[in-house]
Amino acid sequence: MATLRIPTPLRAYTGGNNEIAVQGSTVGEALDDLVTLYPSLRPHLYNGEGKLRPFVNLFLGEENVKDLQGMATPVSQNDRLLLIPSIAGG
Amino acid sequence: MLPGLSHEEILRYSRHLLIPEVGLEGQRRLKAASVLVIGTGGLGSPVALYLAAAGVGRIGLVDYDVVDASNLQRQVIHGTSTLGELKVESARQRMLDLNPDIEVHVYNEPFTSANAMRIARDYDLLIDGTDNFPTRYLTNDVCVLLGKPNVYGSIFRFDGQVSVFDARHGPCYRCLFPEPPPPGLVPSCAEGGVLGVLPGTIGTLQATEALKVLLGIGEPLIGKLMLYNALDMSFEFVRLRKNPNCKVCGPNPEVTELIDYEAFCGVPGHDHEDGAVGGGWDITAPELAARVKSGNSLRLLDVREPHELEISHIEGATLIPLGQLAARLSELDSAEEMVVFCKAGTRSARALELLLSAGFRKVKNLKGGINAWAKDVDPSLPIY
Repeated sequence: MATLRIPTPLRAYTGGNNEIAVQGSTVGEALDDLVTLYPSLRPHLYNGEGKLRPFVNLFLGEENVKDLQGMATPVSQNDRLLLIPSIAGG
Repeated sequence: MLPGLSHEEILRYSRHLLIPEVGLEGQRRLKAASVLVIGTGGLGSPVALYLAAAGVGRIGLVDYDVVDASNLQRQVIHGTSTLGELKVESARQRMLDLNPDIEVHVYNEPFTSANAMRIARDYDLLIDGTDNFPTRYLTNDVCVLLGKPNVYGSIFRFDGQVSVFDARHGPCYRCLFPEPPPPGLVPSCAEGGVLGVLPGTIGTLQATEALKVLLGIGEPLIGKLMLYNALDMSFEFVRLRKNPNCKVCGPNPEVTELIDYEAFCGVPGHDHEDGAVGGGWDITAPELAARVKSGNSLRLLDVREPHELEISHIEGATLIPLGQLAARLSELDSAEEMVVFCKAGTRSARALELLLSAGFRKVKNLKGGINAWAKDVDPSLPIY
């Protein structure tokens, strides 16, 4: 299983968990697994048409999945996914 | 020609002069340099203090706010003695006390599309220490259009982000975040809170990056984003790439001049809560007090988080946190008159929109929230 790191603003929807083990062989499947585990996360990650919201960035290791193969990017056992939200506080 | 240093300056900057990467020439470079700090709040405080102490010759400060008691938990450039003063003036006094050899220029105005180019043009580098999305997109676009580095920092509760966006050498803020989040989805610090020391951590990193860029030393965070979490004490780095479709720094830009950033983001360019919905859906605290006194049945709906009840609460109110409201509508009766409130009116305004879309009509938003109630009706309650 890959792990997916949840930033503070979204931890309210994962019961406070910061690292979630997710199943799936692609980034898209891993995200599906995440929102199946925590359904209240869904509206924060996907828009009404089921597409990842443009302000949500998902990184596989150091790389933005947009710079890889997007949702079809393969994920293996020990991979680490990072969700990076846009925050504006100062 | 770089300016020289007086004997007093040589003594003051002695610890810099001893580092070969800075040395006399580097210190003279800092003296010749200029930095514009957007916002003198949580991030701007340590940035402005350290850049002043480091001897950056000319520092500009943009802010239009006054020092409030609720700022002092984190905005360490201000003090109890400057409560109520203009933030830019309060900051200038402190910086000149720390280092009288620098120039501090203040702009007591909001940073907007109308003045941003004029203000920013004369500076080498900008620091994004703002507290809202419209001003972040504005700062980015100004830097891209003027070809200046933007030292970015952003915070929320325990999380911080730092990067150096310089579109001449790497990606810009819009490459990473092409669009802002929909209004209301990401809470601000005024709503969600922030650990006081967090902007200290992130702001000092911004100051570090600014000095590196000005001195031309080390590896600035161009093309990299640093992510910090205070609870986990984790520092992580990811790679950022230029987005070939970027609307401002891509090869075919759509944004070639400044736009209306408040319209683009759908939110105001500040982090203040005005606490009203408008359109006749608001009720003031004194009006609500009169309604309660008249004895008409009325449900008070508190949409804050449970831990906020300890700070202040109104007797008899029903608590349903905003995040749970959509799932718990069945607990409410649309035939009943209802007044929704939160801390200052921002979350209750969103709750009201949700209730209206669910068919509720006999609902009002308590303008200014329980803080307005504490101020105007029940002074036994604290304001937070």
